[in-house]
Amino acid sequence: MPLIEMFSYGFVQRALLTGTLVAVLCSVLGVFLVLRRMSLIGDGLAHVTFGSAALALALKLYAASSLLVSLPIVLLSSLGILRLTEKARLNGDAAIGIVTSVGVAGGIIVASIGGGFNVDLLSYLFGNILSVTREEVYIAIVLFCVVMLLMVLFYNDLIAITLSEELSRVSGIRTRLISAVLVMLTALSVVLAMKLVGVMMITSLLIIPASSALQIARSFRSCVLIAALQGASSVLAGVYVSFVANLPTSASIVLINLLLFGLCCLARHLSTARRSS
Amino acid sequence: MRPVVVATESLCCSYNGGMVLENISVTIGAGDYVGIVGPNGSGKSTLLKAILGLCELTAGRVSLFGSYLEAFSGWGRVGYLPQSLAILNPLFPATVAETVALGLLSRKSFPRRLNSADRERVDAMLERLGVQGLRNRLIGELSGGQQQRVFLARALVNDPELLILDEPTSALDPETRERFYRQIAEINALHGTTVLFVTHDMGVIGAHATKMLYLDKKMLFFGSFEEFCHSRDMSLLFGEQSQHIICHRH
Repeated sequence: MPLIEMFSYGFVQRALLTGTLVAVLCSVLGVFLVLRRMSLIGDGLAHVTFGSAALALALKLYAASSLLVSLPIVLLSSLGILRLTEKARLNGDAAIGIVTSVGVAGGIIVASIGGGFNVDLLSYLFGNILSVTREEVYIAIVLFCVVMLLMVLFYNDLIAITLSEELSRVSGIRTRLISAVLVMLTALSVVLAMKLVGVMMITSLLIIPASSALQIARSFRSCVLIAALQGASSVLAGVYVSFVANLPTSASIVLINLLLFGLCCLARHLSTARRSS
Repeated sequence: MRPVVVATESLCCSYNGGMVLENISVTIGAGDYVGIVGPNGSGKSTLLKAILGLCELTAGRVSLFGSYLEAFSGWGRVGYLPQSLAILNPLFPATVAETVALGLLSRKSFPRRLNSADRERVDAMLERLGVQGLRNRLIGELSGGQQQRVFLARALVNDPELLILDEPTSALDPETRERFYRQIAEINALHGTTVLFVTHDMGVIGAHATKMLYLDKKMLFFGSFEEFCHSRDMSLLFGEQSQHIICHRH
């Protein structure tokens, strides 16, 4: 199918726009999360979103309205993970594991009380970028602007606490506040990304573009830009490939990310070999 | 009388139920160059962390530049070089210039933006410490010694009035170590910067510091190296022969 014809469909335009915005958000946040060894927080929060989606469906809130339930629950859970790591003497992965299991268990219980799983809830597991509504596009644009604005405002603080919390505290940076900002921005992005790639694959958007960028970046700024570029291009290419080859879109996005990660690893390997020869 | 830069009042810290610092009261004046020594586990690094508000106190108070730590906001006046640079993530993608520039954030208010004057300041500091050639290298790619100098540049880029160094030369060879302490002594002499550092090496204190704090959970001695060498209490602690060897060697 020619590109022009593909782009003429409204649902493709919505998928590309929303997908690009969400991928850029996740990829940029991913750089900070991967470096702070909090990569799996996205997975944990995605499971909480799944649980909150079950609650939204039980309350007969569909599509964009389900965000009214999901957003506050996921935001509180993100702060809960931070609180657990600070107060319960747990490592981040254990705190994320606890929140993940609570999210899934809650979702299953609510779904079973509500009469079992249905198609809507399963769409949260695997995502469906091609079913994004106009309302969801507007929400994505607003959330993108909010998250990017906060990222810009806290950019240097985020780099500082990622390098060293101890040094940041001695620089007068309120490290707890900045950590809370980071997990809440992640929570917002995860809720948004659920529709696109679903619970199962949301981690890929947070981890793979950042991991690719870390292979080849020669400065922090370039790392953030490379991650954003990979995230956006993986969505564009993933939607195109899935459309042409009739493959699931979210899985195509993940595989393209993996391919780009492989290329970045190869580029790093070649550059190291050239430097040492 | 010189202004007081650091003061601790009956400072106590415990960790996992065991006392790490007991009743430390010390006053450090502007321009002092103080070396902290003591056996392993004597609480040297904990004392520095307590002074910087990085660990919870069981009792006592700390003041910096006359303000109690709870109300202290002048972090731009403090430079800190931690001991554990080894925990630096080797994948961290910041360049040397980006890393040093982060030291300027303590003098900025929200949103902490860096401008071209800040970049010039970073370049000047890199040149002063002789690491301008590393400017665009990734911090994770550098050797331990190079990283130490970059983080010293980060601590100094604000022209701090108080410089706190926790075993700053642990990753350096003897020649670089000597050059490092000479550089710190120069900063102390030229700018009147108060320096507080932890070391295992008595020789460094004898050669460079103006005061010495001997710690073993409690503060056993605080004074000049000469006073230490003639202290009756220290003779009793070390034995006269050991004290003589320590002092004579340096």
